[in-house]
Amino acid sequence: MKEFCPKIEVMMCAYCAYSDADMAGSSQLQNSSTVRIVKYLCTGRIPVVHILRAFEAGADAVFVAGCEVDGCHFVEGNLRAAERVAWTKRLLAETGLDGDRLEMFYVASSDPHNFARAVDEMTDRLNRKNIEKSLA
Amino acid sequence: MIVAAKKPFAEIKESVSGHRRILVVGCGTCVAVCLAGGEAEVAILASQLRIALRLSGQNVQVDEAMAERQCDREFLDDLGKKRDVAGYDITVSMACGAGVQLFGDVYDQMPVVPALNTLFIGIAEGPGIWTEKCQSCGNCVLGETAGICPITMCAKSLLNGPCGGTRQGKCEINPETDCAWARIYSRLSARGNLDYLNKVLPPRKGSGKVHPDMLIHEAYKHKGGFVKGKAGE
Repeated sequence: MKEFCPKIEVMMCAYCAYSDADMAGSSQLQNSSTVRIVKYLCTGRIPVVHILRAFEAGADAVFVAGCEVDGCHFVEGNLRAAERVAWTKRLLAETGLDGDRLEMFYVASSDPHNFARAVDEMTDRLNRKNIEKSLA
Repeated sequence: MIVAAKKPFAEIKESVSGHRRILVVGCGTCVAVCLAGGEAEVAILASQLRIALRLSGQNVQVDEAMAERQCDREFLDDLGKKRDVAGYDITVSMACGAGVQLFGDVYDQMPVVPALNTLFIGIAEGPGIWTEKCQSCGNCVLGETAGICPITMCAKSLLNGPCGGTRQGKCEINPETDCAWARIYSRLSARGNLDYLNKVLPPRKGSGKVHPDMLIHEAYKHKGGFVKGKAGE
């Protein structure tokens, strides 16, 4: 049986989260090969439909990575993103996809392990879940 | 504006189930402003339908379209010029009840199902919050009641003062709601217009309103619209 290799789309802000992922790379931290990164200027600008379309396109999970609370470059874009993620979880649940396939993470740019931990958590979460319902 | 809300997704999904080519049509006016049926909501519903129907094993095509106003024939005709509407098996209309019905009239061979429940005529109180303000009774008394509608804002639609259930400015039906007549009194009092309350408002002419109602604008009452040679008279 072919080993399951989940596809995780990461929608991240260009400031804290991307810097953190970049630092994880330059620190030579081993990152899971499950992630595909899409960079936004701010997570507050990620529309709900982008997340839904990622699932349509075959993502097994999506996570949004923004700045830490009180650390957003655009003051509260990360908080708006968190609200939007919470709503999108409900929209996904209505379709039959588990809302746990989507998550919001606050990632400070100071510690390269933050991003790696977020990736690992989503990968573990998918491996624990029944993956038969993926659209891929 | 007309305020509407999305129907439960399960109900929408059920109404299109079994159809292969589905067109979701939004409306760019009232329901777009109240975040129920505009372009963004069309994209979300279409995406939800694609995911849900594919998960249930249905091979479907769900497309998205917008009409500037679904309650206006010319915009629906416009839609027909841009899209092969007849090529779809079913349409999901994200307009108010009026828009859904006109869509059904213009494309009478096409099954159309509503994605929204039309709720009321209201105003925006803040981001994502709307409240009812008008019941379109056809006999406006706002000039006598300090601009507060007793038909809509009073749970009993009383025209001449509060009932016996008003308590410290709140309604007995819902203690969280202000008593409409307490508000009317305090606003008239602040304006020095309490004498307005001496006038007894008669029973509304519109209380026996026959549906469906119709309006022809004064300027359009001559058959054919504009009458040549009469302009400026």
